[in-house]
Amino acid sequence: MVRWLLSRSTTNKHEQGWRVIQFQEVTKTFGTRTAVNKVSFGIEKPQMVGVIGRSGAGKSTLLRMINRLTPATTGRILFNDHDILRLKGGMMRRWQRDCAMVFQQFNLVPRLDVVTNVMLGRLNGHGTLKSLFNVFSKDDVNAALSALDRLGIAQEAPKRAEELSGGQQQRVAIARALMQDPHMILADEPIASLDPMNAKIVMDALREIHDRDNKIVICNLHTLDTARNYCDRVIGMRDGFIVFDGKPEELTTSAAREIYGADESFNEAATSTAIDAGQTGSPESVGAMTPAAAAAV
Amino acid sequence: MAVAALEQEILSLRKRRQLYSLIGLLLVVAVLASGYSKSNEMNSGGFLQGLSKFFDYPGEIVVEAWEAGPAFFGLIVRFMPAMLETLNIAGVATLLGGAMAVILAMASTRNVDSWGPLIPVVRRMMDIMRAFPELIIALFLIFVLGSSPVPAMIAVAFHTAGALGKLFSEVNENIDRKPIEGLSACGASWLQRIRYAVMPQVAPNYLSYFLLRLEINVRASAILGFVGAGGIGQELRRTIGWGKGAGDETAAIFVLLFLTIMLIDQLSSYLRGKLVGASRAH
Repeated sequence: MVRWLLSRSTTNKHEQGWRVIQFQEVTKTFGTRTAVNKVSFGIEKPQMVGVIGRSGAGKSTLLRMINRLTPATTGRILFNDHDILRLKGGMMRRWQRDCAMVFQQFNLVPRLDVVTNVMLGRLNGHGTLKSLFNVFSKDDVNAALSALDRLGIAQEAPKRAEELSGGQQQRVAIARALMQDPHMILADEPIASLDPMNAKIVMDALREIHDRDNKIVICNLHTLDTARNYCDRVIGMRDGFIVFDGKPEELTTSAAREIYGADESFNEAATSTAIDAGQTGSPESVGAMTPAAAAAV
Repeated sequence: MAVAALEQEILSLRKRRQLYSLIGLLLVVAVLASGYSKSNEMNSGGFLQGLSKFFDYPGEIVVEAWEAGPAFFGLIVRFMPAMLETLNIAGVATLLGGAMAVILAMASTRNVDSWGPLIPVVRRMMDIMRAFPELIIALFLIFVLGSSPVPAMIAVAFHTAGALGKLFSEVNENIDRKPIEGLSACGASWLQRIRYAVMPQVAPNYLSYFLLRLEINVRASAILGFVGAGGIGQELRRTIGWGKGAGDETAAIFVLLFLTIMLIDQLSSYLRGKLVGASRAH
């Protein structure tokens, strides 16, 4: 029903652009601490958005509020003019399927095999009885396998999720997200527990999904070079406020210092995860999506 | 000088303590001795005479069993159906109680997103179910429903639901929340999250506790025969009640019961070892 509502308003919007997500003064407080403070911004076209900021800046809370894993305290989040913060029960779960989430720790079911883990992305469309007896259709299996194939790990399908490496598990998680056939993908620190090679594979996969399927991808990142290399737009958060919102080219060292609240000693290369960071003393020549071209400012 | 005085004091203190201990010991012995003679007077027979008879009955049983010769094994076979009945009571009761326990556990653990207000209610419910021993519930139910295996089965299942529910709920407390969160984010309902994020994690431990409970319930079901619930316990009460003459039958039942329980214990500890090993390996 939500899908029907959303798609109807989508057609209305179609002339002006695309699906729109709009934050209006969204606030989240945990006790006395304000994690996200009256945040307002909009994503009008299918962009790949990187959210950066130090730990505790409110990045995760921001993403989790969209998916409704964390309830917002006040404010509205509009998707095609519907306040998704007010959805309840089945409508809310339907919305959760529409904005797939990818987590830092993958959040797969370790003891289930990979293909089942991917098919779980479709649980929302399944009746209770059918899903309780582990009944998945041939169509589900096919879709899961093609999602895995797209991420290059179809051969791992019969293995248990826990037997896979971190990078492979994250790709399974992305395949599960694809299986949901979502409007957008929210990735909460997707590469924070991966080595640089796997981080590149996972970021490439997210970028590819954005490029090919034209989906909104919002990605919390903790390294500036990744944000610059992969994102069309960077949002910087500090203490619950948005302190930067612009193109990756505009993200200068001074802007980064502002976001991280750092002083003159702030050196990006020190924390960079790009493989050739530190070797290339190249200035910010980031335009292409080549992740290896790191920026060591 | 001061040290010498202190030494004197400590020594006399120790002496006094030893004296008190001796008096206390004598008092206890006196009470025991007088109690023995008192209770011995009230007994129909004397304690010492009874003590010698203590070994008479088992001796008789063994002798009678020996005299029965090869027919003894026939007796064991004859009691097989009664043993099976007891196993049936235990099996069905553990299955029903276990299924009930899963439901109770899922409704009473915050870690698996049980509905908040229900949690304390279900927990107290399980406490009550656990508090009544099978024997008490069975006595009550046999009075209401009559002598048959059904009341015994209900009694054991009731107690099992409470006991296993508590253990299952503790297993739930210790699971990893991340898969649950992952499925929440996909829009899965609570039942779907339980089925796919909780059950795969808890299944080995549940099964292990379930087998342990099966062992316990086989013993409990055998005892319930004494209050008229059928099965091997009832046969045992009959043969013991007859005393002399039925010694071979009593021995056969003892052997059968002993072998069965040992077999089930060994089997379940083997299976549980494998289950726990399997969950540890990953």
